[in-house]
Amino acid sequence: MTIDAKRNGTEVVIKVVGRVDSVTAPDFEKAVNENIEGAESLVFDFENLDYISSAGLRVLLMSQKKANANSCKMKLINVNETVNEILEVTGFLTILSIE
Amino acid sequence: MCIKFGKESKKMNQSKQMTVEATVENIELITNFINTELEALDCPMKAQMQIDVAVDELFGNIAHYAYNPETGPATVMIDVEEDPLAVIITFMDHGKPYDPLSRDDPDITLSAEEREIGGLGVFLVKKTMDAVTYEYKDGKNILKIKKNI
Repeated sequence: MTIDAKRNGTEVVIKVVGRVDSVTAPDFEKAVNENIEGAESLVFDFENLDYISSAGLRVLLMSQKKANANSCKMKLINVNETVNEILEVTGFLTILSIE
Repeated sequence: MCIKFGKESKKMNQSKQMTVEATVENIELITNFINTELEALDCPMKAQMQIDVAVDELFGNIAHYAYNPETGPATVMIDVEEDPLAVIITFMDHGKPYDPLSRDDPDITLSAEEREIGGLGVFLVKKTMDAVTYEYKDGKNILKIKKNI
């Protein structure tokens, strides 16, 4: 997994490439924590995300809770079919914003 | 035990297996081992990704809990069935007896604030695989998943 986090003022875009699993989820969490403070917009670009396991879902849930607490708008973009199905069966589609 | 395996299918080939120390770092070794077998079967990419997620969840659980705070070995075995084509992946460890299928499914209707993450991995495996079974036999936790491909 590689992560490309870009910050433009209060807008943060985090691109995730590869797999978010038990091994890589801690790095994903670190990237979120390093960028979420002061952000008014947080976008996860999942165009090149192969799949996400529950370890990564935990990070997304943590991110959404922090965003809610800080009036930050969080959304996921370019979600592929495999990842979308994982979000659907775990009920994450109802708590995350996806475009 | 949530879903039973069908009895009509026949096992065609010899199973292959890999035994490694049950650590999070070794998930990649196991994933690569499984993917090599799946690619030889021309497994569709979506099914392969779902199986990879299942491997992460199940081997990850063994790595985190089976021998905690010690470590120990885990064996992962893959079998292929034909008519219909399916793979059966078996995870074995001789750590603490634990049936991951015995816990209640998480409530996936709760809001982000109320949501708990525990049990989500196994729930995801149950939702994406065609069969999941657990037994404790001869001092071993034996968890099997089956995926039609």
